Amino acid sequence: MADIAMRAGAKAPPREPTAWDRLKVNRNWLGFWFMVPAMAFLILFLAYPLVLGVWLSFTDARIGRTGNFVGLENYEWLAEDSNFWLVVFNTVFYTTVASVAKFAIGLYLALLLNERMPFKAMIRALVLIPFIVPTVLSAIAFWWIYDSNFSIVSWGLREMGLIEGNINFLGDVWNARWSVIFANVWRGIPFIAITLLAGLQTVSPSLYEAATIDGASSWQRFRYITYPLLTPIIAVVMTFSVLFTFTDFQLIWVLTRGGPVNATHLMATLSYQRAILGGNLGEGAAISTAMIPFLLAAIMISWFGLQRRTWQQG
Amino acid sequence: MTDQTAGRIVDPGGRSGRADSSEGMSYLDSLPRRLVTLYLPLGIICFVLLFPFYWMALTAIKPDEQLLDLKTYNPLWTWDPTFKHFYKLIFETQYPRWLWNTMFVAMAATTLSIISSVFAAYAIVRLKYKGAQYIGGLIFLAYLVPPSILFIPLSTVVFQYGLFDTPFALILTYPTILIPFSTWLLMGYFKTIPFELEECALIDGASRWQILTKIILPLAIPGLISAFIFCFTLCWNEFIYALTFLSSTQHKTVPVAIVNEFVDGDIYRWGSLMAGALAGSLPLVILYAFFVEHYVSAMTGAVKE
Repeated sequence: MADIAMRAGAKAPPREPTAWDRLKVNRNWLGFWFMVPAMAFLILFLAYPLVLGVWLSFTDARIGRTGNFVGLENYEWLAEDSNFWLVVFNTVFYTTVASVAKFAIGLYLALLLNERMPFKAMIRALVLIPFIVPTVLSAIAFWWIYDSNFSIVSWGLREMGLIEGNINFLGDVWNARWSVIFANVWRGIPFIAITLLAGLQTVSPSLYEAATIDGASSWQRFRYITYPLLTPIIAVVMTFSVLFTFTDFQLIWVLTRGGPVNATHLMATLSYQRAILGGNLGEGAAISTAMIPFLLAAIMISWFGLQRRTWQQG
Repeated sequence: MTDQTAGRIVDPGGRSGRADSSEGMSYLDSLPRRLVTLYLPLGIICFVLLFPFYWMALTAIKPDEQLLDLKTYNPLWTWDPTFKHFYKLIFETQYPRWLWNTMFVAMAATTLSIISSVFAAYAIVRLKYKGAQYIGGLIFLAYLVPPSILFIPLSTVVFQYGLFDTPFALILTYPTILIPFSTWLLMGYFKTIPFELEECALIDGASRWQILTKIILPLAIPGLISAFIFCFTLCWNEFIYALTFLSSTQHKTVPVAIVNEFVDGDIYRWGSLMAGALAGSLPLVILYAFFVEHYVSAMTGAVKE
């Protein structure tokens, strides 16, 4: 049987593979076609707009009119605009405070969730809910919680006798800043806690046992075991966190629209206001472009600042 | 190697680690101590994290007069729930239409992104064409470009292509947010599938297309579900593009519509506003409740790489 098959195969000599046949199994050729859909999206709607944005920032484009090249005029305008510098301050302040708070509370929550306890899976699932619910919709709930007359927080504090009148959460400059930061932290904690928890679960408990036998305190166990082993994940998570806090738009837009007196305007909301509502595409694009160096700096700090520890050890 | 891989496929959370197999040292702590160091802080954090939702739900079913009168009625509870706000939402506004828009856009954008990502991830991980690593790195960088710096130039692009104020403006731009994430996630999944399976199929004369559809995709189903759910949630959540690229009321998505259409001077708007927010969140929360594990693995998977 096998004999017949072999003879039959021998009769028809294998035909020379054509160029097309070879092309069909060529990795680079196949790879190119496999990449086409994803690359088309990313080039048309990501890379091209990114370049276009930088170009727009050098023009005086308005909505409905392509602009002329005006050089650095937009940036000169911004440099003299005290509002712009206030917004830069707001953004840096917002990002720093919110990121630090998110990281501290998120890590603490992750450590708590890593303990053994009943209903652990359910608690973990509940903790993640603020991350699932669309930011705009939970921001609306916060808007109601921060209402100047009917705030439940003011009511609670009043009932406890801690304050006399209502707190003007979103009407006062610093109150408004702290309120939006709180809402941002509230929204960001679950992501950080759950991703850090995933990292914590890969740390072997025997390390802690060994350290305890050697007389390490719980702080030392955290400092010399948990923290170094968690550093790579912390670096990635914090990079993302800083990035998305810095470019936050939704929360501010729903809660304050930048008010009172621009106290909570961030760079993203200011660029929206100037470019889309004001029609000044060029100026808005300049604000967006001005965010890029800040973003790169923030990424560098979170990334290398946290990675350095592993280099030193390695 | 094979055992680990199998474990990873069965358990997408990657939590099959050693942590759960041992009791650790928790038995050393007494109950009162655990009460103070563990349950109390955990309780406070969970309370703060969940209270806004309770407040949202309660406001949505409270009658109007109770909403603004904090003295006569206890604001934390109500004995006469009403569905008036939901009724108003469904019959007096275009809410069902907005919900449908959101769902349609999210489904379409997610499907497009997952299909493109499957090809891209497979090509990067398995075809390993020339420069695949660099392309992988570039895709990760694309993940780091926030929509807030793209929306101005994108709005002119969308206008040039004639997509302004159509659902396609969103369906075609959302994949730029989703593709980097899902490609990265699926690359992780494809790497865990043993290469030997593919070699066997190649020897048996299968084409790359057959390998992809008959071997890789069935094995990567948990990863596909994770990517799909996560992308769907991201689409539902997206705000700034939807706010910028759409102008007519009937095309809006839920987040944009709630912010723009419900916010008027009416002092009694809170009930319907909260009802709208609740109805807009529930589909995602229900989806999440069914796929918690996939969700967590999607979130941690992309970070762990």
